Amino acid sequence: MKKRPIWTGMIALVFLLSIFLVACGGKEGGIKKDTGNSLIYGRGADSKKLDPIQVTDGESLQVTQMIYDTLVQYKDENTEVQPGLAEKWENSADGKVWTFHLRKNVKFHDGTPFNADAVVFNFERWMDKNHPQHKGGEFTYYPDMFGGYKGDSTHVINKVSKVDDHTVKFELNRPLGPFLANIAMPPFAIGSPEAIKKDPEKFNENPVGTGPYKFVEWKKNDTITLEKNPDYWVKGLPKTDKLIFKSIPDNTARFNALKSGDIDLMNGMNPTDAPQVEKDSKLQLFKQQGMNVAYLSFNMKKKPFDNPKVRQAISYAVNKEGIIKNFYAGLAEPAINPYPSFMMGYNKDVKEYEFNLDKAKQLLKEAGFEKGLKLKLHAPQDPRPYLPNGKKVAEFLKEDFKKIGIDAEIVTAEWKTYQDQVKSGQHELALYGWNGDNGDPDNFLYVLLDKNNAREKDASNISYYMSEEVHKLLVEAQSTVDQKKREELYKKAQEIIKKDAPWVPLVHATVPVAGKKELKGFFPHPTSGYKLYKVSR
Amino acid sequence: MLAYTVRRLFMLIPVLVGMSIITFGIVHMIPGDPAQTIAGEKATPQRVEEIRKELGLDEPLYIQYGSYAKGLLQGDLGKSMTTKRPIGEEIGPFLAATAELVFAAMFIAVFFGVNLGILSSWRQNSWFDYSAMMIALIGVSIPVFWLGLMEQWLFAQTLDWLPSNGRLDPRIQMEPITYFYVIDTILYGDTEVLWDAVKHLILPAVALATVPMAIIARITRSSMLEVMRSDYIRTARAKGLSEFWVVYKHTLKNASIPVLTVIGLQLGTLLGGAVLTETIFSWPGVGRYLYTAIGERDYTVVQSGILIVATIFVIINLIVDLIYAWIDPRIQYGKK
Repeated sequence: MKKRPIWTGMIALVFLLSIFLVACGGKEGGIKKDTGNSLIYGRGADSKKLDPIQVTDGESLQVTQMIYDTLVQYKDENTEVQPGLAEKWENSADGKVWTFHLRKNVKFHDGTPFNADAVVFNFERWMDKNHPQHKGGEFTYYPDMFGGYKGDSTHVINKVSKVDDHTVKFELNRPLGPFLANIAMPPFAIGSPEAIKKDPEKFNENPVGTGPYKFVEWKKNDTITLEKNPDYWVKGLPKTDKLIFKSIPDNTARFNALKSGDIDLMNGMNPTDAPQVEKDSKLQLFKQQGMNVAYLSFNMKKKPFDNPKVRQAISYAVNKEGIIKNFYAGLAEPAINPYPSFMMGYNKDVKEYEFNLDKAKQLLKEAGFEKGLKLKLHAPQDPRPYLPNGKKVAEFLKEDFKKIGIDAEIVTAEWKTYQDQVKSGQHELALYGWNGDNGDPDNFLYVLLDKNNAREKDASNISYYMSEEVHKLLVEAQSTVDQKKREELYKKAQEIIKKDAPWVPLVHATVPVAGKKELKGFFPHPTSGYKLYKVSR
Repeated sequence: MLAYTVRRLFMLIPVLVGMSIITFGIVHMIPGDPAQTIAGEKATPQRVEEIRKELGLDEPLYIQYGSYAKGLLQGDLGKSMTTKRPIGEEIGPFLAATAELVFAAMFIAVFFGVNLGILSSWRQNSWFDYSAMMIALIGVSIPVFWLGLMEQWLFAQTLDWLPSNGRLDPRIQMEPITYFYVIDTILYGDTEVLWDAVKHLILPAVALATVPMAIIARITRSSMLEVMRSDYIRTARAKGLSEFWVVYKHTLKNASIPVLTVIGLQLGTLLGGAVLTETIFSWPGVGRYLYTAIGERDYTVVQSGILIVATIFVIINLIVDLIYAWIDPRIQYGKK
């Protein structure tokens, strides 16, 4: 043992030598170094699954959108619908029958043809819980957008059938206002029936679609690599040979990676970093219209928030401009209605509760809280695109509340716990928000403020706002395809909602996306689902 | 020595059983509902209830633990609730990624820590000693995430010497063999990719190494100082041995017990606790795997993952204890 330093050194040497010897005989072919024309997109989280119907998170859907196509799709910059796998479509006079004419000569990545059978197969798999391939996970978006599964009394789609090889007919039980907008959503993308039948459980990890890119490799928590589909049905697309999604969880680290040139484009940026991007000659800033809303919810099940005067009083005590200036670096618009002004049926005429502490005090007095009021204010710990710093916003609100005699105690939790708390109505006041899916007002008003969604557990109407009047308007707007009429109904609903004040709508956040200066063809889409296949340098 | 080893191995059994109960218990105390998480934000309450049944979450806790423990005994760590894949299979690459990072960090920490400590003790109260201990103090107190971001800013962004994150250039596709990228690239005999893997390893390893390096340096110094005052060192010097030999052979050997303890503890801690470094450098390691699982309320992954990490920690400590006995035969704990 005396000569240990020497023999440990020798062991190390032998080890290195043996590795070197193995290396000389090196294995072949396991490494591919294709550093050609690729685009690296940095994002905050990894995908969960790659079967589009089985995910609800934006990061998963961003990837599936590159691998699959939907029958109809959104335009580059807004949520107007344009042809996708269907070239054209028509709707019957009563709004209950939709006929789609499919694009010809389109093939899935596995070489099988895309046709009416494929469309029918996918919809049957989603809607029918007894379908042999209704497997692999949850099909959450389907019942959410189409009123339930096959056999449920509320299910909207009665039948999907093949008319001929390139024509599909949807027969509905009742007209559905946002039907086309729903069909365009990325979860309803058409996958290869052959691949799904082969192994519906593993389809999650081996996606096969008709989209601009083919799936190559998924290193969990790290990268997803896609390669160009040379047979894509739009000539000249995609623009790059490879598309790589790289997860970098920390916002600042991701921004560092962009500045170092390790990635080409990034989402989930701190709004406060945006001015730096604008100053940097190697970078460019894209400002995405915020199809979202951050709001302060009153739990109307709890006293005294069942009293409209209390809700209105607090509405007058919220300084939206201050919040935008301090926590969004100016990248937001004050929210007056539950959804942003560029969407259909926005009511410009509703009267805003301006920031006015005297009025707030007056209303509190009228409500019988002259001596003040104690309340709990829930705020999320983790950043969301619509609410980058919930806790700070809560502290900011607390200061103004103090001036009108409200003593707010801030309660905060990690995101999952937070969601569980507010969705089961454990809060009194809570900061929360929503990212729009499809650009239809129904996706905001019905989801967030209809009494049907004020469930005991897992509510999406977390204010437990039970207005019958609003419910009638929203259901009527949902069941008609006459867009003029829908607009009128939504305008009316916004008026009532403003008066009842179940929320204080705070802001519609502009989402900053940053990329290298030389990138062309990037459109920051309001749904946050970007057409990365159009990006070139 | 053999008897001691066997006895220590037997003592592992109650520890492991205790750990499995604790991880199981803690995980079930996390607020939140895994069934809800699996069903997705937009699912109906009925569906959530169905999933709860499917997963056996409606059973009493002791029955759930019973079936879990039975599986463990058969080497079955369970399946991930979210991905539905066996955890034993899924966790491998993440463990390897963390191990590679931790070994690199420990190499840096031990090499620099031990030598700084030795030099400081040798030249006690010199300017070298003062500045080295000052650096060590800063190293112990520095927040890892801040250091990581600063490294990225300096070495990746400003100087452009090293990549800012990840394990490999994302444009390189490599079919992993051992999932230790440095070893894999050597096995493939591709020096260019090897260099790329090493370059990716440097910044996170240095960030992760700072704290243990500082602790090791401080412990080495104080331990060395104590031994240097002993009589046999004076004898060694009097014999006319060279100073290098006195310090690195005679002093270090006897001073190494506390140093080894710290190295062992730090190694164990880093294996499970590299999550901050992994997050900043988007290193797909086991810390982030578990962190994500906690966020998704993936009970099975969290409990089995923590159990694996804890087991590794216990085993490393065991190895350290055995090394003590080997270095210093006077140590035979509990021997009557």
